[in-house]
Amino acid sequence: MANRILEVNDLRTRFHIAEGTVHAVNGISFHLEHGKTIAVVGESGCGKSVTMLSMLRLLAIPPAEIASGQVHYLGRDLLQISEHEIEHLRGKEIAMVFQDPMTSLNPVLTIGRQLCEPLRVHMGMDKQMARQRSIELLEQVGIPDAARRLGDYPHQFSGGQRQRAMIAMALACVPSILIADEPTTALDVTIQAQIVELVQRLRENLDMAVIWITHDLGVVAEMAERVLVMYAGFIVEEALVDDLYEDPRHPYTIALLAALPRIDRRRDKRLLSIPGAPPNLLLEPKGCPFAARCDLVFDRCRAEMPPLIQVGPNHQAACWVDVTSGKPR
Amino acid sequence: MADAQSTFSVEAQALVQVRELKKHFPVTQGLIIERQVGSVKAVDGISFDIRRGETLGLVGESGCGKTTAGRTILGLYPVTDGSVTISGIQVDRASKEELRTLRRKAQMIFQDPYASLNPRWTVNAIIGEPLRVHKLLPNDKARTDRVHELMLLVGLSPRLINRFPHEFSGGQRQRIGVARALASDPDFIVCDEPISALDVSIQAQVVNLMEELQDGFNLTYLFIAHDLSMVRHICDRVAVMYLGVMVELAERNELYENPLHPYTQALLSAVPIPDPKKSRLRQRIILPGDVPSPINPPSGCRFHPRCPIAKERCSQVVPEWREISIGHWVACHEV
Repeated sequence: MANRILEVNDLRTRFHIAEGTVHAVNGISFHLEHGKTIAVVGESGCGKSVTMLSMLRLLAIPPAEIASGQVHYLGRDLLQISEHEIEHLRGKEIAMVFQDPMTSLNPVLTIGRQLCEPLRVHMGMDKQMARQRSIELLEQVGIPDAARRLGDYPHQFSGGQRQRAMIAMALACVPSILIADEPTTALDVTIQAQIVELVQRLRENLDMAVIWITHDLGVVAEMAERVLVMYAGFIVEEALVDDLYEDPRHPYTIALLAALPRIDRRRDKRLLSIPGAPPNLLLEPKGCPFAARCDLVFDRCRAEMPPLIQVGPNHQAACWVDVTSGKPR
Repeated sequence: MADAQSTFSVEAQALVQVRELKKHFPVTQGLIIERQVGSVKAVDGISFDIRRGETLGLVGESGCGKTTAGRTILGLYPVTDGSVTISGIQVDRASKEELRTLRRKAQMIFQDPYASLNPRWTVNAIIGEPLRVHKLLPNDKARTDRVHELMLLVGLSPRLINRFPHEFSGGQRQRIGVARALASDPDFIVCDEPISALDVSIQAQVVNLMEELQDGFNLTYLFIAHDLSMVRHICDRVAVMYLGVMVELAERNELYENPLHPYTQALLSAVPIPDPKKSRLRQRIILPGDVPSPINPPSGCRFHPRCPIAKERCSQVVPEWREISIGHWVACHEV
């Protein structure tokens, strides 16, 4: 318990838009331990990014509304502290890397200028020191000829290099938590492999905790210790990575793994597909969000959302059915 | 003689033949007086056949020229050099009449189901467009009936026939794209990353649909993708491109179990496996650096600056595209 660096309780985020209210995050709780990696997986619209943006108070309010929840970071509730305090934490202690490095870098400032800024603002370095440290950071993330490249603009970097520069920027102040939101989705697999390896190496060297958000169950298998599976704004399963892949306990996780083609196996049959589509988030959630697509559904599922139920050591699933026996709990 | 015969037998079953195909785009400078200062060699001499009824996968990283290859094969870009023949029609020399046949018999499914459907048109107009353009049916009534049929075929409710694209989810939009491609009763479909914009649970639906349709209508697919796991699942043979050239081509299990080109090996080893125990044991080849610019590709073998086993001649001599074992082609000096 003492080792928990971050603890989220009952977080709920909604968006009030012209069409109604979008129920994006519906009361989720999880924690992160010091120096560990968790992965948050789910498909588009499952609320994984909104969760992170809510935690760091990066959503525009309105249209967003954080309806409930606490986010405890080292004894403080990030949702309650002042704007000034959270600004100080963001970037310095909790850093975030986004999916698209081209839109998160400023195209008219040099990479060097953008790298030096957090160092001067958060660490109080002077120009010379900040420049020196920027060079070190770029070298650390594997960009050759770093001193010269500080003068380059983002468009002069390749996609992989831009993502490296983003990571260098996130690491500039040696954060204790790195939140990576689909950092490799826009990149090719060989570059993705470079980035995954880089983050793992840096995490070990810097003793940083990592939240890795992705839809790619392959990347999760490679880098996470613990996994949260999200669906329609709920956490539906939480497990250690080996348990999740060997013994998934939520029908959604099971179906998702069965829907994946495998590069390491000969094909034997058609892929299992999940019929239908995720629920409309404009409707008030009622019952289990996966009920409409689930093979094991029964009356209770449509009426009542199951809580996360302990199904093994460090393993929880939100399902009224025990998938190993196929019978209701 | 034996050689000529074997070539002939392969060609007899080939629906599409691509020979030394090149597509270069000019790079110009100057605002008022434009002059060409170079060219992007997007596709720089590729040769392969696509057999009737098969799915050929074309894989490679962004910028390797796979999309350009697909579009040039369909005649959407003029050919710079080389030739493409589809069902006996040479695309780069086709007459107007031949082109019309070709446009009907060879279709395309696009990557982005959001950008490839006209937002102001109803589903009826979108799926019915090929029928209208090619004057395949006599009147509106017959066309609407056919659109109904096509919607059922791809798993869309015909009740939605007068809806607009924005009213559909990504997976449903891709089904509309598939129905449009099928409308003119094609033999050959170029599928350019048809599922990469979709979520995993929806990808399986669309892929299964494409396979059912292939079986039902004896379709031939060129499946362009960067998702190597999906390619192994759906394709019969797989071709790997790097910087405008082909580096390896083989039957799917042969390619995935016995990759010969160092680039193919690195590419396959970089794909994450959704199995944590297996992925921990796996030996990875991490390639240094990025893909070089196709304006000034490296001399010799284009892969040599990043290749872990490059020798001196690799930087000087272009490796020959040769058949190592039956049906397994590779371009590498060191194999």
